[in-house]
Amino acid sequence: MQLPEIDALILEMARQIKPHLTAESALVGIHTGGAWVAEKLSELFGMPLPFGTLDISFYRDDFSRIGLHPQVKPSHIPFEVEDRHIILVDDVLNTGRTIRAAMNELFDYGRPASIRLAVLVDRGGRELPIAAQIVGAHLKLAATQNIQLNRDESGRLSLSLHEKKD
Amino acid sequence: MHKNPQLNKHGELQHLLTIDGLPAATLRHILDTAESFLNIAEREVRKVPLLRGKAIFNLFFEPSTRTRTTFEIAAKKLSADVINLNIGTSSQSKGETLLDTVNNLSAMQADMFIVRHSESGAAHLIARHVEPHIHVVNAGDGRHAHPTQALLDMFTIRHYKQDLTRLRVAIVGDMLHSRVARSQIHALTTLGVPEVRMIGPKTLIPTCAERMGVQVYHDMEKGLKDVDVIIMLRLQNERMRGALLPSAQEYFKYYGLTAEKLALACPDAIVMHPGPMNRGVEIESSVADGVQSVILSQVTFGIAVRMAVMSILMGSEGEQ
Amino acid sequence: MKIHIKNGRLVDPKNSIDAQRDVFVAAGKIVAVGAAPEGFHANRTIDAAGLVVCPGLVDLSARLREPGYEYKATLESEMLAAVAGGVTSLVCPPDTDPPLDEPGLVEMLKYRAKSLNQARVYPLGALTQKLEGARLTEMAELHDAGCIGFSHADTPLSDTLVTMRAMQYAATFGFTVWLRPQDASLAKDGVAHDGEVASRLGLPSIPACAETIALSTILSLARETGARVHICRLSSREGVALIRAAKAEGLPVTCDIAVHHAHLSEMDIGFFDANCHLVPPLRSQRDRDALRAGLADGTVDAICSDHTPVDDDAKLLPFSEAEVGATGLELLLPLTLKWAHETGVSLSEAIAKITAAPARILALDNGHLAPGQHADLCIFDPEQYWKVEPASLKSQGRNTPFVGFELQGKVRYTLVEGQVVFESL
Repeated sequence: MQLPEIDALILEMARQIKPHLTAESALVGIHTGGAWVAEKLSELFGMPLPFGTLDISFYRDDFSRIGLHPQVKPSHIPFEVEDRHIILVDDVLNTGRTIRAAMNELFDYGRPASIRLAVLVDRGGRELPIAAQIVGAHLKLAATQNIQLNRDESGRLSLSLHEKKD
Repeated sequence: MHKNPQLNKHGELQHLLTIDGLPAATLRHILDTAESFLNIAEREVRKVPLLRGKAIFNLFFEPSTRTRTTFEIAAKKLSADVINLNIGTSSQSKGETLLDTVNNLSAMQADMFIVRHSESGAAHLIARHVEPHIHVVNAGDGRHAHPTQALLDMFTIRHYKQDLTRLRVAIVGDMLHSRVARSQIHALTTLGVPEVRMIGPKTLIPTCAERMGVQVYHDMEKGLKDVDVIIMLRLQNERMRGALLPSAQEYFKYYGLTAEKLALACPDAIVMHPGPMNRGVEIESSVADGVQSVILSQVTFGIAVRMAVMSILMGSEGEQ
Repeated sequence: MKIHIKNGRLVDPKNSIDAQRDVFVAAGKIVAVGAAPEGFHANRTIDAAGLVVCPGLVDLSARLREPGYEYKATLESEMLAAVAGGVTSLVCPPDTDPPLDEPGLVEMLKYRAKSLNQARVYPLGALTQKLEGARLTEMAELHDAGCIGFSHADTPLSDTLVTMRAMQYAATFGFTVWLRPQDASLAKDGVAHDGEVASRLGLPSIPACAETIALSTILSLARETGARVHICRLSSREGVALIRAAKAEGLPVTCDIAVHHAHLSEMDIGFFDANCHLVPPLRSQRDRDALRAGLADGTVDAICSDHTPVDDDAKLLPFSEAEVGATGLELLLPLTLKWAHETGVSLSEAIAKITAAPARILALDNGHLAPGQHADLCIFDPEQYWKVEPASLKSQGRNTPFVGFELQGKVRYTLVEGQVVFESL
């Protein structure tokens, strides 16, 4: 399967986001892939936008089954969430559980005016009533496949496909 | 030869009973996770839903409001249900054994026991006999260990000094009876602190102290020279009554931390104390409240570290 | 009942025999070794091919827990454990409840034990009344009732004047005083050797000098009073040195160690294994090596089981609170063999430490198999391995640091007074 070129996807996302940007907007990337995408996006807007990252480890619903993620990073939201228009960015949208956790975490910082979801890839397979307003690409993947965002030393992003282990 | 009873078959931390024998990576994982919990205090909602629906029992066979409270706050910030039990000696004097008590509580759907007991090894005993899904955290057993205290001390040192591998750390006071000191020494040496000093009179230094990887000093002025971190230990009042020490006055004169003695350490040395402090016995007020004191930070960090410990344990698989 | 034990390897250290010899038993005695006496017709023949035939073991310390502690163990259970371990004579210390300080108690114990027809029981009388360390007991009366010596068990004897008087009085009658050397104030509250492990685990400790100080006092008093002294359960390197010097000087002193101490050290406490809560405490590896060296050069005369059955509940407590002691009667033989195997000591020398040597300390003419002797024998398979599992022990005390160990040496037959009192296939 031919995987799409990242830079084009991010440009497309930026194009979709731009009309919604206001003085109260803020960009929040979900650790780690979402944060990388959010970082690239913020470079494209040509205006300084409040920028934060979320590590949703403490909000996951599968903690009882798989325990704590071995590398938890602190969430970093260096602005008031109250009354903000948040653009929540993730790399791959699948079941929607990560987004559920991220929204719960955001609300623990305050009550945003709105949240818009921007994802690089929507691969389908939703288990929760969650949809992205901004999508770089829709991909149809088999349930046995994993799509992953990688970043090399120079900061270049790329997608890769793997067969799930179990 | 003796399997570490704290780790499950995947090498994950299932109980936290002592620092002794834990790999450095495990300690760092706890400290790193604690960093993530630190800023939760700055949010509008100061808790996370991680341990929602979990029951944590504070099982204190020896009274300690302070330690119990920090565990309670930590558990509540993780959205766990906390049940406080001050067992004291009452049920035990009625003939119920320690394990009877624990079995009764296990039947009440406990997920974790935070145990404080006056006998060394009590937490190990409980951990050996609880059902596999229950996690045990040692909140202090006799003279043996107080691992969460040591971890929060490491967190504090790392916070102020970053690189632990170039530090000189001095621990001053009653090491013989101190579970805090034992755990600190293991934590410091495991995390690569090259020089750990133990300062105190011979009556308060345990036999074979050097075997734990420390250098023993009886002269405080020599011992404090050029150290980066000074950890003062609490001197229990009852130690004054036996033959260990003649008087609080003489102890303070030779082993109390005063501004003059502090001046012997590095200029940016930090002063720590696990609390509660005996001002005028082991530490002078001006030092306890001075710019080099990080004693209150220790308390704050204690919550985050205990949250990290609880979440890591609760996420590990029970040994079948 | 006439028994022919054939094809076995007879190991009888006192009579310097280690060879394939048949043994012939009749009317409770050994009647011949080697060739059958004329006209001997066996009622029973035991084929001991591949097995070792040796004198029944003589154990210098086994607590039977009667009277007073029947919930921990009974005479029935422990006497069975003794013969299952090949032990045919055992010494029981006086720390029963009440202590063995009156002839009536001793007679009752002897009577109860005799009625079981198993091992021979040799009680030690209490050195002081109620073991309180103040008033002497009626030693001569107790001796007539069956006490083979006088002891203070593990109860502190803190008044040196009382100790001296007790030794003088015992010496008057030629009785042996059995003492475990431990300074009471140095040992107070201590539960582990004052060394690396106690420091690491934060356990209240007992320094080795608690032993040497008490031992020096006892040896001085022995010199002063002329009393014959048996030192029980030596544990330290310095203690071995003191005994070595005392023997060289010609003092009438003997000593034993518990078999646990020939193998274990403080390290075995691991993470608070209450099975290693023993008295005296397990000391350093250096001490253990010195005890082994003392055994090898004869400074330490004998090995005993120091059998102390403890009920499970009493061990399921934090280390300091857990009751001291371990079961040992069934482990004495295999652990002695293990020591011999590990140190290159011959089978005969090893067996001497649990037969002839302890018999000599007791001044009894058992512990060997010359014709005319009581037919007290142990027949064991020296090769067979068995796993120490609590459920497989006959003793009611199931606690031992050796749980789960595979030990070599399994008792197949035990004979007391010419009767097969235990057999296992």
